[in-house]
Amino acid sequence: MELLMAIVIGILFMAAVYLILSRSLLKIILGTGLLSHGAHLLILTMGGLGGTSPPVLADGVTDYADPLPQALILTAIVISFGVTAFILVLAYRTYAEHKTDDMNLMRGDDEHD
Amino acid sequence: MLHSLGRRILLGFVLLIFLPIVAALFIPLLFKYLKGIHTGWFVLFVPIALFIYYAGFITTTMDGGHKVSELQWIPSLGISFVSYIDGLSLLFTLLITGIGALVVLYSIFYLDKDREKLNNFYIYLLIFMSAMLGVVQSDNVISLYLFWELTSISSFLLIGYWNTRDRSRFGALKSMMITVFGGLMMLGGFVLLGIMGDSFSIRELIANSSSFIGHEFFTLALILVLLGAFTKSAQFPFYIWLPDAMEAPTPVSAYLHSATMVKAGLYLVARFTPIFAVSEVWIWLVTGIGLLTLFWGSLFAVKQTDLKAILAFSTVSQLGLIMSLLGASAVAYHSDDAIFKFAAFAAIFHLINHATFKGSLFMIAGIIDHETGTRDIRKLGGLMSIMPVSFTVAFIGSMSMAGLPPFNGFLSKEMFFQSMLALRNFELFNFATWGILFPVIAWVASVFTFIYSFYFVFKTFTGRNKVDKLPKKPHEAPVGMLVAPVILATLVVGIFFIPNLVGKWLVKPAVMAIQPGLYSHPSEVDVHVAAWHDFASPELWMTIALVGLGVVLYLTMTKWRKLYDIQPHYLSLNVLYDSMMMLSENGMNRLSRFYMTGLIRTYLMYMFAFIASITTATLFLKNAFIVDMDSFTAVSVYGIMTAIILVAAVVMVILAKTRLAAIIALGAVGYSVSLFFVIFKAPDLALTQLVIETVSVALFLLAFQRLPALKTHGETKRNRLGNAIIAAAVGITVTLVALSAHSQKMIPSISQYYKDTVATEAGGGNIVNVILVDYRGFDTLFEIAVLAVAGIGVLAMIRLQLARKEAKDENK
Repeated sequence: MELLMAIVIGILFMAAVYLILSRSLLKIILGTGLLSHGAHLLILTMGGLGGTSPPVLADGVTDYADPLPQALILTAIVISFGVTAFILVLAYRTYAEHKTDDMNLMRGDDEHD
Repeated sequence: MLHSLGRRILLGFVLLIFLPIVAALFIPLLFKYLKGIHTGWFVLFVPIALFIYYAGFITTTMDGGHKVSELQWIPSLGISFVSYIDGLSLLFTLLITGIGALVVLYSIFYLDKDREKLNNFYIYLLIFMSAMLGVVQSDNVISLYLFWELTSISSFLLIGYWNTRDRSRFGALKSMMITVFGGLMMLGGFVLLGIMGDSFSIRELIANSSSFIGHEFFTLALILVLLGAFTKSAQFPFYIWLPDAMEAPTPVSAYLHSATMVKAGLYLVARFTPIFAVSEVWIWLVTGIGLLTLFWGSLFAVKQTDLKAILAFSTVSQLGLIMSLLGASAVAYHSDDAIFKFAAFAAIFHLINHATFKGSLFMIAGIIDHETGTRDIRKLGGLMSIMPVSFTVAFIGSMSMAGLPPFNGFLSKEMFFQSMLALRNFELFNFATWGILFPVIAWVASVFTFIYSFYFVFKTFTGRNKVDKLPKKPHEAPVGMLVAPVILATLVVGIFFIPNLVGKWLVKPAVMAIQPGLYSHPSEVDVHVAAWHDFASPELWMTIALVGLGVVLYLTMTKWRKLYDIQPHYLSLNVLYDSMMMLSENGMNRLSRFYMTGLIRTYLMYMFAFIASITTATLFLKNAFIVDMDSFTAVSVYGIMTAIILVAAVVMVILAKTRLAAIIALGAVGYSVSLFFVIFKAPDLALTQLVIETVSVALFLLAFQRLPALKTHGETKRNRLGNAIIAAAVGITVTLVALSAHSQKMIPSISQYYKDTVATEAGGGNIVNVILVDYRGFDTLFEIAVLAVAGIGVLAMIRLQLARKEAKDENK
C-alpha cells in the first residue's frame, strides 16, 4: 500500500508544482491546495499504514494505527486552511487593485527597490 | 595564548599611540571657537611632544634593548595593544613624529585658514598619525592590522580632502580599493601565522619561526603578507594608486605618500624578515619585485610633466630600491657573506635619506604650485632668481635623489650598488645564472633616476623665463613655509657628513631588528659608511659612468623622449585597473539582471530544480535509495479505487477550462483524501478534512466569483514543457524519498508510549485528541493563534481597502 501511496503523493506534488509554476494566480492557489494534500498524505504514509483499529481505546484491541502522525496532520490541516483562506483573500484584493491575475505583469521592477 | 607566558599588563607608553586621536577630539572645538588662530598651531604640539618623548628611547635601543607596554583588548582571543619599541619601530616612530611635525608646520602656511575646512584636515591627519604609530609599534598582528586599515581609511579621507573635485574622489577610491585589498590579504597571512605559531605576538612568532619551515601554510602566509606590503608600498604592479593619490593637498603627499605610509610596507617586510627569510620565495619576490619597481618607476618618472607626478613615480622607484635591499638582506640567513648583512644597513639608511630628501622635494613642489599656480613643468622655467631659497632646497634634494656627493643619497646609492654587485656572485637557489641582471638593472634604473632628478630641478628653475604666462605672479614663498623644507635639506647635507653617527643611533639598532639572530648588540653590525673608497672600487666607476651617461641623456632628452609614445595607451596598468573595475561592475550588473528576472516563476523554478536535483543526487550518491518491499502493508481494493479517483481529480484540476470545474475537481481531491483517512483508520482526520474541504470549497466559490476566469495568459508551449519537466522531477523526488525513508526506519515510533499511557496518565480514550490537547497542547495553542491571525488578516485586508476608498471619495 505504501508504494501506491508514494506514487499518489508523487503525482500530487507533480500536479501542485506544475500549477504553482503557471502564470495565473488562481492556478497557483489551486497548486498550493494540492501541495498540502500531498504533504498530509505523505506524513500519514511515513508513519506507517499498519494498524487495524483507529487510535481510540477499545477493549481487546492492541493494534492501533499510529496516533502521532494523525495529530500532526490535524494541526497541519487547520494551518493550511488558515493560510489558504488568507491567500484567497489576498488574490481577490490583488485582482481588485491591479485588475490582473497574470504573475508576469506583477513582476517587481528596478525602480521600486 | 598570551597568558601562557604570564605577561602582566604593562600600561604605559602604549597609550601614547592614541594621543593624536585624543587630540583630534578637540580640533572641532578649537577650529570653531578660536577662529583667529590657524588650527595647525595647536596640532603642532602633538608630534613635537611625541618626537621629544620617543627620542629618549634612543639610548635604550642603541644598547640593543627594547621597551614593551601592553594594553589588553580581547585577552580571551590573545588580542591586545602592545607597543614594542626596538630599533626598527623607534626609527619609524621618529620619522612619523619628526616629519609629521614639519608637515604640520608647512601645512599651517600652505592651507588658508579662512577658506579651507581645517578641522577636517587636522582630524584626518591626527588619526593617520595614531594609525601609523600603531602600525610600527604593534607587536600583536591583529592590532597591527587594525592600525594598518586605519592608515588606509585616513589616507582615503586625506586624498579626497577636496571632495568636490572628481579627480580627488577617483584617486581616493583607487587607493582605497588597492590598499584595502592588500590589507585583507595580509590579514589572511596573519591568521595563518597565528595558526602556525599559536600566537599573534610577532616576537613569539619570530621565536617559533624555525618550526614554520615546511608547514603547509608557510608559503601561502608569506605571499599574503607580501601582498599587503606590496600594495601599501606601491610596488609593481600595485603602484598605480600612488600617482593618482597626488590629488591630495601637498602636505599630505609629502607626509603620507613619500615619508611614512608608503613605507609601512617596507616596515612590514623588514619586521617579518626573521620569519620568512628562510624561504627562497621571499628572497626572489622581495628582491625581484623591488628591482622591477625601481626600474619601472624611474623609467616612467621621466615621462611625467606634472611636478608631483614625477615625485610620485620617483617615490615608487625609490621604494622599490629599498625593497630590493631588504630582499638582499634576507640572503644573510643563507650565507655568511658580510655583504648581505650590509644590505639591511643600506636599506634602512636609504629609507631615512629618502624620507628627508623626498619630503623636502614635495614641499618645494607644493611651494611652486602655491606661488605660481601651476605644477606643469612645461609651463615653468627660470624661477631660480625669483625663488632662490626654494631652488637651493630643490637642488639639494634632487642631487641627493640622483645620488651625487655631498648629499646623503650618494652614500646610500653606493651601498646599493655594492649590495647588488654582491648578489651577482651569490649562488643560492640558482641565482648564479640570473645574478648579473641585478647590478645591470640597478645601474640602468639609477641612470633614469639621475635624469629625472635633473629634469625636475633644472626644467623648473633654469632655462627660459616664462613668468609672464604663469597663472600667478611668482615670488618667494613665505618664511614659515620654507622652514620645514630647509630643515629637511639641512638634514640631507648633514647626514652626508655624519653618516656613522646616524648609523650608530638609528640604523644599527634597526638592522638588529631585521636580522636578530646574527647579532647580540647593535655595535656588532660591522658597517662603516665611507664616502670615499678608492679608485679600484667598482661602485665608484658605476657612479662615474652613470653620471656621464645621465648627463648625455638629459641633454638629448627632447629627442628620445618620444620613445615613450611607442607604448600604446590601452596597454597601461591604469587602463587594466579601470577595465577591471568596469568589468566587475558591469559583469555583476549583467549577472544579477540575468538571474533576477523579477518573476516569481523564475525563482520558484530555481528552488524546485535545486530541491529535486540536490535531493536525488544525494539519494543516489550516498546509496541511500533502498526499497524494502517487506515493510509495506498489503494493498487494499478500496485503496486502489480511492487512488484512481484522486488521480483522476488531480488531472481534472490541471486540465479544467473553467473556474468551476477546477474548484469541483479540487474538492474531489479533498474528499478522496478524507476517504484515504477513513481507509487508514484516522476518524478525526477524516472528519476534519471533510469539514475543512467543504468550507474551503465554499470559500473558493465565494472568492472565485470576484476573480477573473481561468486564463493561460498566453503561456508558450516551451514554458509549459519546462514547468512539466520540473514538476515531474519534484514529484519523482518526493516518491523516491518517501519510499526509501519508509524502507529504512532506524528507531521505533514513540507512539507506543501514548498508547500505553493515554488512559492512565491523561484519562482519555481518543489518543489523537489527547495528544492534541494534553501531550502536545502547545501545538494546538499556536495553531489556534494561526487561525486567529489569518482571520484578522483577512478582515484587515478587506477593511483597509474600504477605508481607503472612503478617503478617496471624500477627496472627490
